[in-house]
Amino acid sequence: MNALQAFFAMGGYAFYVWPAYAVFFIVLIADTVAPRLRRRRILSELRARLARQSAREQHRPTPPTPST
Amino acid sequence: MGLAIVLGIVGLYGGLVLAPADYQQGDAYRIIFIHVPSAWMSMFIYAVMGVSAFVALVWRIKLAEVVAMESAPVGAAFTFITLVTGSLWGKPMWGTWWTWDARLTSELVLLFLYLGVLGLYHAFEDRRQGARAAGFLAIIGVINVPIVHFSVNWWNTLHQGSTVNIFGHSKMAWDMLWPLLTMTLATKFYYAASLFRRAQTDLLDLESGKDWVRKIAEREDER
Repeated sequence: MNALQAFFAMGGYAFYVWPAYAVFFIVLIADTVAPRLRRRRILSELRARLARQSAREQHRPTPPTPST
Repeated sequence: MGLAIVLGIVGLYGGLVLAPADYQQGDAYRIIFIHVPSAWMSMFIYAVMGVSAFVALVWRIKLAEVVAMESAPVGAAFTFITLVTGSLWGKPMWGTWWTWDARLTSELVLLFLYLGVLGLYHAFEDRRQGARAAGFLAIIGVINVPIVHFSVNWWNTLHQGSTVNIFGHSKMAWDMLWPLLTMTLATKFYYAASLFRRAQTDLLDLESGKDWVRKIAEREDER
């Protein structure tokens, strides 16, 4: 058995050691990705709202000029 | 975040490759390089959440509310990791995935407290009202942090006592100790980075009417 195989075998405890590390990384990656997705959603919703707002303002009839 | 990743790689190399196998536990003990730092973080983050919830309730500081509420998911993540990795270590070493040991039970209560805080926070239509209610629960739950910490001394059940001691001499070989401490630092930096990112995102949401948020929205559209 070469060194690399021995490393992955973890002295027979591979079944316990590697899933533990997998859980560690999967949970932390999920924790990193979640706020990034949320940030993107917040900003795109905001852009959509701003676009609607400016479209409304362009179509608004010009207010009547006050008579002198 | 970069610092956390570098420290994490160094710590894991030290823990998984350089450190020798334990004479009693073989290689299974290598789970502690993630289990113990995660367990420390689960308590540390709860303490941060409790203190900032207290500051938020007393002085009504919005930023303290954000820090408290955005700490909860990170803390819950570390608590979950602690329980799962502990279980994966317990099966070969104790012969059981789970037992109602004082340490294990109080850590599970900690997870439920985090989930309770998150659930309460999201249950309210008004975000700041939700943060106040959840902050109140977070403060009450602080009582559980010393219970987790001292559970191995107060109730002499299955989980072993601590081998690493900040003030005295640690009962652990240096070859195993330095990767553990490096991983501890890595998780601290990870939390700082994650909290910063989450707080920033939360503020974008809370302040979406403000000019500076609009500028960010316009700037990121071009990318």
